[in-house]
Amino acid sequence: MNLAQLLLTCLLALVRNPMRAALTVLGIVIGIAAVVAIMEIGKGSSQQIRQSIASLGANTVNVMGASVRTNGVASGMGGRASLFASDAQVIMSECRNTVELASPVVRTSGQIIVGNTNWSPNSIIGGNEHYLAIEGWEVAQGSPFSAEQVNNSARVCLIGNTIATKLFAGKDPIGQEVRIKDVVFNIIGVLAPKGADMMGNDKDDCLILPWTSIRTRLAGAGGTAAIGKAGASNSTSSVSSTDTFSTSAVSFYPGCDVQPYTNAPHPLRTRTVDSLIVRIRDSENANPAMDEMTTALRRAHRLEPGVLDDFELRDRAQFSKMVTGTSETMSNLLLAVALISLIVGGVGIMNIMMVSVTERTREIGLRMAVGARPRDIMFQFLTEAVLLCLAGGVLGIIIGHVSSGVVSSMFGWPIATSPGAMMLSVTVAAGIGIIFGWYPAFKASRLDPIDALHHE
Amino acid sequence: MIELRNLTKVYHVGELDLPVLKGISLRIEDGEFVSLTGASGSGKSTLMNLLGCLDHPSGGEYLLDGHNVAQLNADERARLRNKRIGFVFQNFNLLPRTSALENVMMPAYYCHPRRPGNEIRRRALELIRMVGLEERMHHTPAQLSGGQQQRVAIARSLINNPGILLADEPTGNLDSTTSVEVMNMFRDLNRRSGITVIIVTHDRKTAAFTDRAINMVDGLIAEGVSDELSANLVK
Repeated sequence: MNLAQLLLTCLLALVRNPMRAALTVLGIVIGIAAVVAIMEIGKGSSQQIRQSIASLGANTVNVMGASVRTNGVASGMGGRASLFASDAQVIMSECRNTVELASPVVRTSGQIIVGNTNWSPNSIIGGNEHYLAIEGWEVAQGSPFSAEQVNNSARVCLIGNTIATKLFAGKDPIGQEVRIKDVVFNIIGVLAPKGADMMGNDKDDCLILPWTSIRTRLAGAGGTAAIGKAGASNSTSSVSSTDTFSTSAVSFYPGCDVQPYTNAPHPLRTRTVDSLIVRIRDSENANPAMDEMTTALRRAHRLEPGVLDDFELRDRAQFSKMVTGTSETMSNLLLAVALISLIVGGVGIMNIMMVSVTERTREIGLRMAVGARPRDIMFQFLTEAVLLCLAGGVLGIIIGHVSSGVVSSMFGWPIATSPGAMMLSVTVAAGIGIIFGWYPAFKASRLDPIDALHHE
Repeated sequence: MIELRNLTKVYHVGELDLPVLKGISLRIEDGEFVSLTGASGSGKSTLMNLLGCLDHPSGGEYLLDGHNVAQLNADERARLRNKRIGFVFQNFNLLPRTSALENVMMPAYYCHPRRPGNEIRRRALELIRMVGLEERMHHTPAQLSGGQQQRVAIARSLINNPGILLADEPTGNLDSTTSVEVMNMFRDLNRRSGITVIIVTHDRKTAAFTDRAINMVDGLIAEGVSDELSANLVK
């Protein structure tokens, strides 16, 4: 019997009892439809979650100075002023495979004044020209600052949406002046709103400046981690007042031969940064990137083997993994339930195939009498079961796809079509046909032709 | 040619051994038209199953064209049945809700080596025409009368061009007129195509169509004994 004849025989046998075939298949149809719909909805929602997390800047790694211990009192993370703006360059040039972008981060706080109003923003952050891209910020109005503006410590700033509405209600903030600690900055752009961060803080309540501008122009305000908390005597004493308003070009990226922690009179305040923020390529697995960055930074900081790192890496990708993981767990749970319904459908197939074997005992006897070998009979019944399941699978995919579309348009849930899931469903359906069709087929092949022929 | 040498068949029912065939020796030449008669319980069905290679004997030899069938396994017997033997049954055994044509073609699907589909179809159409059912070839068994169904079954038995036709009570479910038609058909087949036809029956009128009557009594052959006598013996 060739394949075409086998298929024809099986189709004829199934078509002989169309109602029963349809009802048998129903279990598989429902099971596969549930699997497909859940996979599409689940995938859609985890994709959406991943996107929204990425916009929170989750595929980033933070580099902080290590903690420092003075007279037995340990500072917190980032206590040590051990990070340099040059480290961002080092990371970007040496970890090209795993790291997309890196930026130094400096922070300050204080009052800002526009005209006759004032405001204390949540944060005043300094970064380089990549900072916005790393954090996933978009500029809604105006333009971001350039690499040149960073190098020149330009007096420019970008303001968050909250500040734009609080201080410039209705007016166009672009080109306006804002005074930060009595230094006048030009507003060159307004950031697109981001809403609250994971902790509930308003992310839009911020100013973003070139980090050099903060270090050189707002130096007196540099009361954050690297300098304020460090307690290291050399970090503040070396700053001369001329630094504060210096407009001449300063070497912000000193060569790697500069030995950190010497008491040499470097303009430390302009070199050290609070932390670095790094955008990595693989948001799911930050480990290779972190390993590479560790190696690069240790080399840049000239740390001998055995010496502890003078910096620490913090992986924000972990968070994205956790949240995506939660949604994946949920959809896997639902998938398990759908798979159970698929098994129930499979048992239905098995049940009907058993009935079919009993009912068609005479047919089996006849086929054997005219020359069908046991394995021919087995193949025939197995093929019937698989055909039923495949038909159910295809129908289930269509129904599942349509129903997930209906659900998405009714409730606005995101869905993602996945051809992989569909292929998988068809395979699973065929597998169920083989697993649950095997026993009835085996039973049929074991019939004695004489008994089968005289079966009533 | 069929040759049986001291063929025995014993059924085991629990602890008991039930000998059904007690040493049958028989020779049926190619092209014979034979009936196998006997009262129920005489072992003719068992003998028929053995002749049809559906079962294997407990002892003795069954030579079909010189090959000992008793030594074949289930798959080899299936091949042999497919190639050499055509079956016709009392209850026709047509596949329900399947057209007459499909029914006729069915045994050819199990041929080895495979036969091409259009060749099978051509041969099936030829046979359907031969049994005079070309107008009804797309009808299902339920739409055919008993006689027509048996004619489809005969066409089916011939699809693989067998040398032997085994008919088990082929007229048992038919009225006397159709019985005669069907028996004439067997006779024509025997005469024209030279097929060996073996008809198992308990009906004397049916047996009368054949050239040779093999009478079975109590698991043994009482060949040459007249019908009346065998009937008396059973009593």
